[in-house]
Amino acid sequence: MRITQGTFSYLPDLSDEEIAQQVQYALDNGWAISIEFTDDPHPRNHYWDMWGLPMFDLTDASAVVYEVNQCRAAYPQRYIRVNAYDARHDRQTTALSFIVHRPDHEPGFRLERGEHIDRRLRYTIHPYATDRPPGERYGFTSGDGHPRPPRQRGRRPAS
Amino acid sequence: MTGTRVRRASAAGGRRPRPCLRTDAVLGTDVLLETDAVADHDLSSTAMTSGSRTPPRGFRMPTPGRPHPEPPAPEPGTAEAAASPDSADPPLPPDATVDLAAERQASGIDEILDTLDRELVGLQQVKTRIREIAALLLVDRVRRRFRLTSSRPSLHMSFTGSPGTGKTTVALRMAELLHRLGCIERGHLVAVTRDDLVGQYVGHTAPKTKEVLKRAMGGVLFIDEAYYLYRAENERDYGQEAIEILLQVMENERDNLVVILAGYKDRMESFFASNPGISSRIAHHLHFADYSLDELMAIARLMLDRDNYRLSGAAEQTFREYLARRMRQPRFANARSVRNALERARLRHANRLLAASGRTWSRDDLMRFEPEDFLASRVFTGGV
Repeated sequence: MRITQGTFSYLPDLSDEEIAQQVQYALDNGWAISIEFTDDPHPRNHYWDMWGLPMFDLTDASAVVYEVNQCRAAYPQRYIRVNAYDARHDRQTTALSFIVHRPDHEPGFRLERGEHIDRRLRYTIHPYATDRPPGERYGFTSGDGHPRPPRQRGRRPAS
Repeated sequence: MTGTRVRRASAAGGRRPRPCLRTDAVLGTDVLLETDAVADHDLSSTAMTSGSRTPPRGFRMPTPGRPHPEPPAPEPGTAEAAASPDSADPPLPPDATVDLAAERQASGIDEILDTLDRELVGLQQVKTRIREIAALLLVDRVRRRFRLTSSRPSLHMSFTGSPGTGKTTVALRMAELLHRLGCIERGHLVAVTRDDLVGQYVGHTAPKTKEVLKRAMGGVLFIDEAYYLYRAENERDYGQEAIEILLQVMENERDNLVVILAGYKDRMESFFASNPGISSRIAHHLHFADYSLDELMAIARLMLDRDNYRLSGAAEQTFREYLARRMRQPRFANARSVRNALERARLRHANRLLAASGRTWSRDDLMRFEPEDFLASRVFTGGV
């Protein structure tokens, strides 16, 4: 199941050039860009891991594309997204957030029924991927054999 | 602007529509999305609608009460038009001919080269080299239209010369020039020194250097006094780490970044001698010669013109004498010394006018330097 979330969730995956154009739009507006990755794509999981620090004062999108490619090389089997933060006084929120990379195989979600009082049912979704421990959820493929990237960037502890 | 609107959402107050996507933007080649966020920043100016500056990139949301902006037509010779000649034009047939003069006109490089000639005195060698580089890049662009592929020329440069010979100024012009020729996307100049690249503790240098490099991408990175990066006497100095990252990015991101190293000639030479990797990656070594006395006088005249001052006939003689003496003294910084001398002359000039009581001054008096404005200098009284 192809997971979608964020600003361009209804579109096919963006090409590198389209990513660069979106990022350039954000930079032209003076938004700060950050790159995040995760292997827990639940829609309510807001705490993705940071890839390096947020990037301020950029002028050209090629720097962001460069970092995205670095992150892809280190984590080919994770979800990677780009966030643009608008720091202006009355906004102060994420202005743009979209997925730029996804694992080869996405197992999707199952529906879980929970019994509640009075025979009521509560439903929730559960990603199949999170049945496995962090770091092994989308399989070990090239470059992802070790959970920690080179030079110890990102914050995910070894597991 | 007839694309189907896919989504529209309004922020608080409905004033600022969020990024909104049009299908033509996705399928077409143009950049998309421009919200009113930009317009909010410069409501004070009418630039958005009057077209007095280059139009913003991309589409804009139609907003009630605001004139509907036309999508900016890509100007010939801008980076957008130049960056993707392959996708934009069909290849020219082998027997076609091109008019290089027209190409040159369209690229707008003459304007920059002329400014360079006008604003910079002397420096013949440097100017010739810049013209050569510009010619090469222009011809390369035309060759690409015939599908004559060649490797992108290396554009990293080193500027050597004494202080005040115009290295930074030329670097600024160079950024603009490369931008017009479509070699770099933005054409901004990021000027840094050792402090901005080298960290203070273990593990600090790499992120710091990378951040600077990312900031400079799409433009020119100007490293002033680059030889400070390498300190031969301390082998554990973090500068070495910065140099390694710099080398790697200079090699891999050649299309996005042009690096210019600047500094005094002798020290740059020993820097290159101890870092052969850097020297071999720099294609253009430009030397900025010291100015002669006549050139310094021409520079002074340019500076005075810009600030609406002038020298009286006698003052011109005095100033010439002043420069001749100053050139023989230590710490002479060419054009920068000229500027400082003129700044001090302005002080004395103002003081002289104020001190003389009981008379009125004409417009010309307010513009004219007299010999006594220079004679009070320590250069004439024997000090340094």
